[in-house]
Amino acid sequence: MNSREKILSAVKNNQPAQNILPELQSFLKPDTKVLEKYINVLTAIGGLAHVVNSYAEIDNIIGQEYKEAQRIISLSKELPMPGRAEKYADPHELETVDLAIINAQFGVAENAAVWVTDDMLPQRVLPFITQQLAVIIKRTDIVPTMHYAYERIGNADYGFGVFIAGPSKTADIEQSLVLGAHGPKTMRVFIL
Amino acid sequence: MDQGNKDHAALAERFNEDEPRVNWHDETLWWVRAKRDKAAHTLPEWEQLREAASQIKNNVLSNLSEYLLQFEEKAKANGVVVHWAADAKDHNEIVYALLQQNGISRIVKSKSMLTEECHLNDYLQQQGIEVIDTDLGERIVQLANEPPSHIVLPCIHKKKEEIGELFHEHLGTPAGNADPKFLANAARLNLREKFLTRRAAMTGVNFAVAETGEFVVCTNEGNADMGAHLADVHIACMGIEKIVPQRNHLSVFLRLLARSATGQPVTTYSSHFKKPRKGQQMHIVLVDNGRSVQLGRADFRNSLKCIRCGACMNTCPVYRRSGGHSYHTAIAGPIGSILAPNLDMRKYADLPFASTLCGSCSNVCPVKIDIHDQLYKWRQVLVKEGYAPAAKKIAMQGMTFTLSNPGVYQFAGKAGRWIMDKIPFIVNNKLNPWYKQREMPEPPKQSFGEWYKKNRKDNL
Repeated sequence: MNSREKILSAVKNNQPAQNILPELQSFLKPDTKVLEKYINVLTAIGGLAHVVNSYAEIDNIIGQEYKEAQRIISLSKELPMPGRAEKYADPHELETVDLAIINAQFGVAENAAVWVTDDMLPQRVLPFITQQLAVIIKRTDIVPTMHYAYERIGNADYGFGVFIAGPSKTADIEQSLVLGAHGPKTMRVFIL
Repeated sequence: MDQGNKDHAALAERFNEDEPRVNWHDETLWWVRAKRDKAAHTLPEWEQLREAASQIKNNVLSNLSEYLLQFEEKAKANGVVVHWAADAKDHNEIVYALLQQNGISRIVKSKSMLTEECHLNDYLQQQGIEVIDTDLGERIVQLANEPPSHIVLPCIHKKKEEIGELFHEHLGTPAGNADPKFLANAARLNLREKFLTRRAAMTGVNFAVAETGEFVVCTNEGNADMGAHLADVHIACMGIEKIVPQRNHLSVFLRLLARSATGQPVTTYSSHFKKPRKGQQMHIVLVDNGRSVQLGRADFRNSLKCIRCGACMNTCPVYRRSGGHSYHTAIAGPIGSILAPNLDMRKYADLPFASTLCGSCSNVCPVKIDIHDQLYKWRQVLVKEGYAPAAKKIAMQGMTFTLSNPGVYQFAGKAGRWIMDKIPFIVNNKLNPWYKQREMPEPPKQSFGEWYKKNRKDNL
């Protein structure tokens, strides 16, 4: 018997009697204060939030806040940057990106995460390898909780999808919080 | 690190030699526990979430073989290669063979307690493969040549000065610099080069979805993603119990995991890997290593519901004061103490006794595992199977005799009080385990029985 059959038959023999799955509908509780909550949580986890009314406003803030950035990749059609993302055959080509401006499908108020899938990225590694990350979401695209988030994702077919909540961080040295572990050192979310 | 054949008590004694450090360790973990409480209390539906998580995991256990087959089918359809490993040896050999097939001798690895359990690093290094752990805490203990002492906070036992010294020696940082920000940045720069040059990346798996064949990896540092998205070959290793039935069940677990672990609302990254990227190989190794046996133990099977948040460790008064290494197993603390005897009863017979049975672990567990009940049940199994130490057995027999004979009991109490009062050095010495790290209490003048007899008469 190979390992596969051995494991499956041992599991089948030993698994207990049927237990019913719980319903999760009761966790869907509407919330009207999602924008306020989203901003509060994002700030608390070390992110930066801007409520803006136009792309011109975003452009303005980017010009102010990322003066040092040499290589910027913008995935937003409305914010063309000199290094606008085309195709990158090799993810290693993104090694030197200072700032990535990406779109997200939606945000989650309870934990300030944004949901991004690989069809929105030139390479999956972009939001991780960039030194700083800026994300654009629409204010109508903020859901209250993770239950709503998965309702919204449904059975979407992606190759890779990720919830990103704030800059990368570590507290492994004596529980001292350090922003910028291996991924971006900052995360700025523009709420349009 | 040499732990020899010492048991939990002996290893804890070593940890307890440095009292200020023990206090610091204790307070740090309690602080993490307090953060967990704060996060849990912000959600009025917290208890319903725990109940839902528990029910989902119970359903997983009762349908595990079907879910595993479903997961395999979906993952294969997604272009992922699925491997099955019956035990640690099988797992390690599968990983090594994949690296050999691809001509790879240097890899990066993000946190995976399963690979710790299988001693993968040692095995691969013996085969000439260089393994770089990329989680900062894991990298630190790897440089120190130690195992992690906590599943979420691998180097929680280390002071920043010691980490500064390690980095000075291995990464060339200036001697005497122990600033966490500076050290973390030094590690970032050092590990970035590894991410960019290694062709294979290993990750663990937090959850695998039967319905879709995808798996989720949670990190705060972004190290799993940096490794996996840059490498040609991604190998993810998971215990067979990591399955959840449907994608939307992730909502329950992702709400509970980080809040229980560190008090964060969610980890920075919750990455859903479904298909390999173009030109990349993606492999999943499904590992049993004793899990199917544990599934057959009715009293202990629900330990397989564990989502590895570490909350039971942070709250445990024994863990906090004895340190993770005293458990001499990959997963320390209360949950580790009910998982380990399943793998080797003789080797881990001491662990279910490393508890006060206070029940705090069960109260914080996000999937409602009855941890302290299982610790108590393991004790009974271990004694019945003959794994209890002889001294403990004799002491217990002595206690049984004393407690079941009122005359002997009264005499023993009297003798004890007289000795502690008149000749305290008989008990205040190294031979008495109760005297270690504590003062003996003042002996009472009389026993409750004596007091009651006297006062009852007076009152009548």
